[in-house]
Amino acid sequence: MEGVSELRERYLAEVAAAADPAALEAVRLAALGKKGAVSLKMRELGGMDAEARKTAGPALNALKDELDAAIRARRAGLEDAALDARLAAEWLDVTLPGRPRPTGTLHPVSQVMEELTAIFADMGFAVAEGPQVESDWFNFDALNIPPEHPARQEHDTFFMARADGDDRPPHVLRTHTSPVQIRAMQAQGAPIRVIAPGRVYRMDMDQTHTPMFHQVEGLAIDRDLSMANLKWVLEEFCRAFFEVDGVELRFRASHFPFTEPSAEVDIRCSWAGGQLKIGEGDSWMEILGSGMVHPHVLRAGGIDPEKWQGFAFGMGIDRIAMLKYGIPDLRAFFESDLRWLRHYGFSALDMPGLAGGLSR
Amino acid sequence: MKFTLSWLKDHLETEAPLSAILDALTDLGLEVEEVDDPADRLGAFSIARVIEAVQHPDADRLRLCRVETYPDGPGTAPQEVQVVCGAPNARTGLVGVFAPVGTHIPGTGVDLKPGVIRGVESNGMLCSGRELEVSEDHDGILDLPADAPLGARYIDWAGLNDPMIYIKVTPNRPDALGVRGIARDLAARGLGRLKPRAIAPVPGAFACPVSVTIDPALKERGCPLFMGRVIRGVTNGPSPAWLQARLRAIGLRPISALVDITNFFTFDLNRPLHVFDAGLIRGSLRIHPAAGGEELAALNDKTYRLAPGMMVISDDAGVESIAGIVGGAPSGVTEGTTDVFLESAYWDPITIAATGRALKVNSDARYRFERGVDPAFTGPGLEAATAMILELCGGTASEVVSDGAVPDTDRSYAFDPARVVSLVGMDIPEDDQRATLTALGFRLEGDRAHPPTWRPDILGEADLIEEVARIASLTKLAARPMARPQPGVPRPVLTPMQRREGAARRTMAALGFNECITYSFIDADAAALFGGGSDAVRLENPISSEMTHLRPDLLPGLLRAAARNQTRGQGDLALFEVGPVFTGGEPGEETLVATGLRIGHAGPRDPHASRRPVDVFDARADAEAVLAAIGAPAARIWRGTGPAWHPGRSGALRLGPKLTLAEFGEVHPRVLAALDVKGPAVAFTLHIAAAPLPRARTTTRPALAVSDLQAVERDFAFVVASDIEAQAVLTAAQGADKTLIDSVRLFDEFTGPKAEAQMGEGRKSLAITVRLQPRDRTLTEAEIEAVAARVVDKVAKATGGTLRG
Repeated sequence: MEGVSELRERYLAEVAAAADPAALEAVRLAALGKKGAVSLKMRELGGMDAEARKTAGPALNALKDELDAAIRARRAGLEDAALDARLAAEWLDVTLPGRPRPTGTLHPVSQVMEELTAIFADMGFAVAEGPQVESDWFNFDALNIPPEHPARQEHDTFFMARADGDDRPPHVLRTHTSPVQIRAMQAQGAPIRVIAPGRVYRMDMDQTHTPMFHQVEGLAIDRDLSMANLKWVLEEFCRAFFEVDGVELRFRASHFPFTEPSAEVDIRCSWAGGQLKIGEGDSWMEILGSGMVHPHVLRAGGIDPEKWQGFAFGMGIDRIAMLKYGIPDLRAFFESDLRWLRHYGFSALDMPGLAGGLSR
Repeated sequence: MKFTLSWLKDHLETEAPLSAILDALTDLGLEVEEVDDPADRLGAFSIARVIEAVQHPDADRLRLCRVETYPDGPGTAPQEVQVVCGAPNARTGLVGVFAPVGTHIPGTGVDLKPGVIRGVESNGMLCSGRELEVSEDHDGILDLPADAPLGARYIDWAGLNDPMIYIKVTPNRPDALGVRGIARDLAARGLGRLKPRAIAPVPGAFACPVSVTIDPALKERGCPLFMGRVIRGVTNGPSPAWLQARLRAIGLRPISALVDITNFFTFDLNRPLHVFDAGLIRGSLRIHPAAGGEELAALNDKTYRLAPGMMVISDDAGVESIAGIVGGAPSGVTEGTTDVFLESAYWDPITIAATGRALKVNSDARYRFERGVDPAFTGPGLEAATAMILELCGGTASEVVSDGAVPDTDRSYAFDPARVVSLVGMDIPEDDQRATLTALGFRLEGDRAHPPTWRPDILGEADLIEEVARIASLTKLAARPMARPQPGVPRPVLTPMQRREGAARRTMAALGFNECITYSFIDADAAALFGGGSDAVRLENPISSEMTHLRPDLLPGLLRAAARNQTRGQGDLALFEVGPVFTGGEPGEETLVATGLRIGHAGPRDPHASRRPVDVFDARADAEAVLAAIGAPAARIWRGTGPAWHPGRSGALRLGPKLTLAEFGEVHPRVLAALDVKGPAVAFTLHIAAAPLPRARTTTRPALAVSDLQAVERDFAFVVASDIEAQAVLTAAQGADKTLIDSVRLFDEFTGPKAEAQMGEGRKSLAITVRLQPRDRTLTEAEIEAVAARVVDKVAKATGGTLRG
């Protein structure tokens, strides 16, 4: 029968030599299994005298613990090696492309409409809507454009066909968003603050015109609003929208049938190097029309012009989108060219807000 | 409206520089569109003398000129330049106009370079009138008087240094269509003094041989006043140089003295006139509505056929002029004209506009009459023009004949200086306000203001405010903050529907769709494919045959967009639009829908074999995702939709038989073929407003109900007839135990020939997972088996399905 030290030497050597988990298990059974060499040795303890058992017992227990620890360590080592070998075999070309994820876009007009809403909501303007097909009363008469007014001819209006025997004046595709003013006033009365973004239609198609485009109308009526307030609102809007602190606006007297006094509004800009920069330079660019709401228009909206006064303004959404984002061609807005949509579009999570800014 | 600076100064006494005048015009509402300063174009051309002209040694038609030039201006050191010149009048001693090397020649568009012509150097050019664009003359070089100042700029000497100003006049300002009206605005602004103007009547030397009458039908409305007179013994040659220069400067071609004079008054005083050759008028003149069918060869070389009621001027032989719009050629003046009839009339703007529009004539006369000339100036205009004709063409004037009277335009409006301050938000003292109105010709009587006769646009108190504000300068207006409607954090403004629209849009972009905006009008054929294209939605005046009808659906526009992208090589597309579709042609007959269209494959080719063609279940998932995003309640699937969809591969998500939230499916192959789209194409359309709004809005969520007890899942595979819908199996299984069954999910469908081989013809297998959630205690195996048996039983009853062995 071997002594403890021989057993230790032999099995430690065998543990170290075990090449795989099965061989290691065989060593474990041979040493520590029920009929293993160490177990058999322990059984001999019963036949020893107390003195001998005192030294042999702890020695055998220590041997058992030591072999057990060696087997565990060896097993972990073998498992690590096996894992390393497997992982080495599992090599993949990680330069392969990832699985495609869809990325959609929002149209710049939608994005700019939300930008407008964010800015004007902060100044207390709600968003009003109206129909695309309008009666000529809402589109013209209510806005102080009587049938013979030269401005009516300048609108290049699309008319709806009338059935034979239907003698009403033909409906029109709204030529501007201004009729929404009338509808909003009729629905809500004064005081009122609304913007009305939407599609408008004019019979015009060339390099810089499309038969459909987008406008936003603004209307604010209260007891004492003045043109000076109008100028402030527009300055604040331009500063926020173009994201330029030093915007400068120039009001120029003009004429619109539905406002009086009327002003066209220019913004200071520079075209140096063919690139538009708002708020610097020596050029002025017309960006919108505005004025104090004409008493006839207030009356058409059911509001007493003796008690209430206010302003209105209108501008082209596509146009300010082009200016802000450097989009060159209006016609492309409606061509749905995928390359254009991806290039000029906005991500679903680009939500314009005043806290984080309107654009990235 | 075009005019020149010197023309303006005929009416405005001013020392203001050009730039100040231009700024003021724009600020006053007379927006400067363009300024043409001749000094920019012609400043380099100076007066020079030919010291000697000799024959070119090698060319018969060319002369060699030694030219005495003064590059540093008159009175400085002369410099001799050699010029080769082909003009026949180039001669020794000629004083002409010289352009040095480097000058741009406007008439030819050439930049002068030093040259060698047939072996001889030429370092500049002696110019013709046409090369400078100051006349049509190109027979020879300009030949100036011998005493013309050598070295001086030609334009200064010739009086051509007169900037042309082009302003945009808004339709409310007919008075600004005359130079005097523009001067009046500038004077009111303080840029000078409006020069006084006195028009003395020209006494008639004889009775007018032509009588005039206005048809009673037109006296009330149409032609309130018609005046005229004959001038005998005129000579109608070219008009004087100053008049020709003015007309040319504003882009008009001088024709003859008489015509030029009428054009002059059109632009100078906004007083269009007409001259007839009196020798060609038979009998008397009558202003009357056309009977219809008459034809007139007009002075613009076109022939017009008149409609009944159009206002015309006729003599005894027939129509001679379309009143206020364009004169007739047969009675027009020529160089041989000796006797003229000069017409000055006040025409009703609306009548002129209607006729002008119907005949599509755009004349300076129509443009002014339809905006409204000064009715009170009809007579003085006639007198002023008579005086000029007598001065420039000679002759003797008859007495004035007329019919009608100056219409009474006197009216007054309350003028409230405090209201001006309140509305404009600018502190303009009352005295300044009154001075402004007075300078513009208003007559103030206490708190009433009477507009002048030349301002038909002033129709109320608001117009007075505009005049004061305009003259005071809106450029100077200082911005003033506008308070929020209520103090504090702004309230939300969007309606639930508006928020839905935004959510739908952003969800679709998040799902990978690209947003398009397509036209609201489409072609009739495409509309018909989608049940539209009726006369109710037809445009009376479409701009093209592709845009004739309001769209009944967003799909045709998106499909056309897809076809365009496919021709550009983009095969896989996911496009969407949110916008109105039209059910009729009345206001409000429109609804807001969101449509998504997927074409081709779900993604690009990749090495992971994840590419697959899009199918109807993509469309269904898209529709359900967007419905969930807008907060729509769970909807049931109904088979089949409209004619534009594949009849067997489309469905609707509905809350009830009449309440459709969305449709989805494969687009019908006939529709794809008609719109030139290569499939597969699947789509969904969501009716944004259809889903009911939640009854009460609360931010509180219901309490979360979760169980600590382990849920149990059991799988079942049923063999059913091929036409049994999965929904029927799911509904039946769900009904087996309303409390214990938490959810039922379909996870496999086994169908087709292989399935039939196993399970028999016309059979398929559907596999579902039933998840049981114990409520108060763990389920025993017996309880689970009992529920499972009920599931099998329910499905068997509802669908005839049996458990797959």
